[in-house]
Amino acid sequence: MTDATASGVPAGKHTSGSLLEQNPRTKRRNAAEARFKMYGMAAVGIGLVFLVLLLVAIVRNGVPAYTQTFLSLPIELKAEALDKNGNRDLDDIRKVSTFGYNPLLDEALLRVVADNGIESDYSGADLRKMISSSAAAQVRDYVLTHPADIGETVEFRVLASSRVDGYLKGRVVREDLERDKNLDAAHLDIIDVLRDEGVVSRTFNWAFIFGADASESRPEQAGIGVSMLGSLFMMIVVLLLSLPIGVAASIYLEEFAPKNRWTDLIEVNISNLAAVPSIVFGILGLAVFIQFMHLPQSAPLVGGLVLTLMTLPTIIISTRASLKSVPPSIRDAALGVGASKMQSVFHHVLPLAMPGILTGTIIGLAQALGETAPLLLIGMVGYIASNYPDGVASGFLDPNSAMPAQIYEWAKRADPAYYERAWGGIIILLLFLMTMNIIAVILRRRFERRW
Amino acid sequence: MSFMKLTASALAVAAVSATAATARDNLQIAGSSTVLPYASIVAEAFGENFEFPTPVVESGGSSAGLKRFCEGVGENTIDIANASRAIKSSEVETCAANGVTDIIQVRIGYDGIVFASQLDGPAFTAFEPADLYNALAPKVVVDGELVDNPYTMWSEFNADLPEAEILAFIPGTKHGTREVFEEKVLAAGCEATGALEAMVASGMSEDDAEDACISVRTDGKSVDIDGDYTETLASIESNPNAIGVFGLAFYENNTDKLKVATMSGVEPKTETIASGEYPVSRPLYFYIKKAHIGVIPGLKEYASFFVSDEIAGPSGPLSNYGLVADPELADTQAMIETEETM
Repeated sequence: MTDATASGVPAGKHTSGSLLEQNPRTKRRNAAEARFKMYGMAAVGIGLVFLVLLLVAIVRNGVPAYTQTFLSLPIELKAEALDKNGNRDLDDIRKVSTFGYNPLLDEALLRVVADNGIESDYSGADLRKMISSSAAAQVRDYVLTHPADIGETVEFRVLASSRVDGYLKGRVVREDLERDKNLDAAHLDIIDVLRDEGVVSRTFNWAFIFGADASESRPEQAGIGVSMLGSLFMMIVVLLLSLPIGVAASIYLEEFAPKNRWTDLIEVNISNLAAVPSIVFGILGLAVFIQFMHLPQSAPLVGGLVLTLMTLPTIIISTRASLKSVPPSIRDAALGVGASKMQSVFHHVLPLAMPGILTGTIIGLAQALGETAPLLLIGMVGYIASNYPDGVASGFLDPNSAMPAQIYEWAKRADPAYYERAWGGIIILLLFLMTMNIIAVILRRRFERRW
Repeated sequence: MSFMKLTASALAVAAVSATAATARDNLQIAGSSTVLPYASIVAEAFGENFEFPTPVVESGGSSAGLKRFCEGVGENTIDIANASRAIKSSEVETCAANGVTDIIQVRIGYDGIVFASQLDGPAFTAFEPADLYNALAPKVVVDGELVDNPYTMWSEFNADLPEAEILAFIPGTKHGTREVFEEKVLAAGCEATGALEAMVASGMSEDDAEDACISVRTDGKSVDIDGDYTETLASIESNPNAIGVFGLAFYENNTDKLKVATMSGVEPKTETIASGEYPVSRPLYFYIKKAHIGVIPGLKEYASFFVSDEIAGPSGPLSNYGLVADPELADTQAMIETEETM
């Protein structure tokens, strides 16, 4: 603003302008303010646009994963195929592998097609392209648990193959199948009729939320349930380790430690640690926990330990901030009536700081829950989340994946049906993160005291 | 103090882990991401048909898998390494130094490597190794002279190819696929165009010339993809003129977006790869630690199940997914039966 001085107006004359009339300088200042408001609004607007775009993309791509196409098939469990000796001995029945069940499926499919008046030259094996290869295992499991039903005809709801499912969801169209050897357009004509007859139907897919991962050839069967358990066990480890260690460290540093060069150094390094990229913790975890301490590969315990390292600084920093915000008068009063230092901290300061500590912990946990990079290095990506843990110890120690790692793995796979499941998994992950953040906000709103 | 209890329980968890880490009842497999789909299909079927838990299959690449395989013997090391190439002698030595001496090599079949482009893009329908060499090599032969690659369009060196900018997405050097691409395409093209001869004539030693043959131009027309085929697919989708290198199985799952080119006039299909007509293919392997057979439950059963006719045979699920069945599968089955080591 050079003109105020350059105009050479004496200081006294400056007040001569009317308050109702803006002089050029005021106008310029107001314009600058208006401009700045515009920039701010534009910045918020851009952020909102991206958020909306992201949410729309996630919901649009991910929602189809929550429904799945099924076929109702009455399957005759032929005794001569499943129990050759006819003695219903489980060991004998078990000897028939899933491949031995395919002829039964073929027959059932041929019958369904014929019963619905469809003319088709397809053999049973051709028709089997319409259903998931999980069907044989589904029937076999049923037979092993219900050996008495051998010889009967039982109605099964089997999964449709991923291409058929994609057709009902509009992802696959007839032209796409021209050069596809997994399904032909003629199959879709059959599916059209069966859908009108109610044999093929699309319903909500609980198996996606609670199921295990499936191999590359069966995207229709894959679920995120087991890796959700993996994430849960990791979070238990993170909570059990990082909360006590983090709180103990911050109480000591904040309330007891002398202020000297050493504690300064530690403080700086805790802040530095909070800024270390998470992949670094991954490679550290690989070297220390797996190669040196020989903890099991791919185990949620190791994942939890690595994420603990990552979460600790966050918890320490937020805990120290909330300890600092407790006014010194509380401590002085406690000490004044004869409490020891420890009594004053644990009876008065810590309870008052608790909401802040918990908020920090939950936010740290939410961060750890969404972390993928360190898990790549400790072997939690691949075809891992295939077995439900059978107990608490197995939950910590048996190989498992985690939600974000599972999503990454699905996004890599060749079958386009997995892409939809990756987005579907993101919805669940986001719901978890939102819930945790909302809990943190509620805790802060309801319990935090201000002085 | 509740904090004390929490700390104590946390320590207890850590202590339990140290003892329980020695009891393992599931197979652990790691290695090539090319073999991962096949291994996951087998692992799933294995879990369904046997009383053993479903094996765990990690990805990470052939080299990383073999490195972990060679770390030693014991329940803390993996039982099987998947590889899209044969084990190197240096790796066998590392293995031996760490006590992994008896290794069973299992060839599961062949994988075709295909060249594909956008479905609606220029008509890249037929390639010769020489075309790819001319497009991607740093030095090519023009009028009998070895010069820096002057080509920017495919049609400049082969009028049958479309008039489109050269842009190729090829696997990065950490991929086993890259080796096959270099050997079966670039080296073959180098010879076919006479570049190898010209290099030797210019005074290079034969080894240097062979190394020079498999290098690629660095002016941005050839792009290394270090990620998976999904990354190559994404790059192809945003570049209509580009061609990309894929595995046959990946291409067959994405025929709605990609079209494939023939190589030396042969269309890549499981049949043409099995017969050896399609030139760009490679064997896929897995390696078993013999010392773990009988210690880790289900190891031998998994291996025999993998190479059984029902699974790895020409009409099995692996073949349906894109693996080219090994004509000598019976020998492999016998080898596993007798636990014959390398």
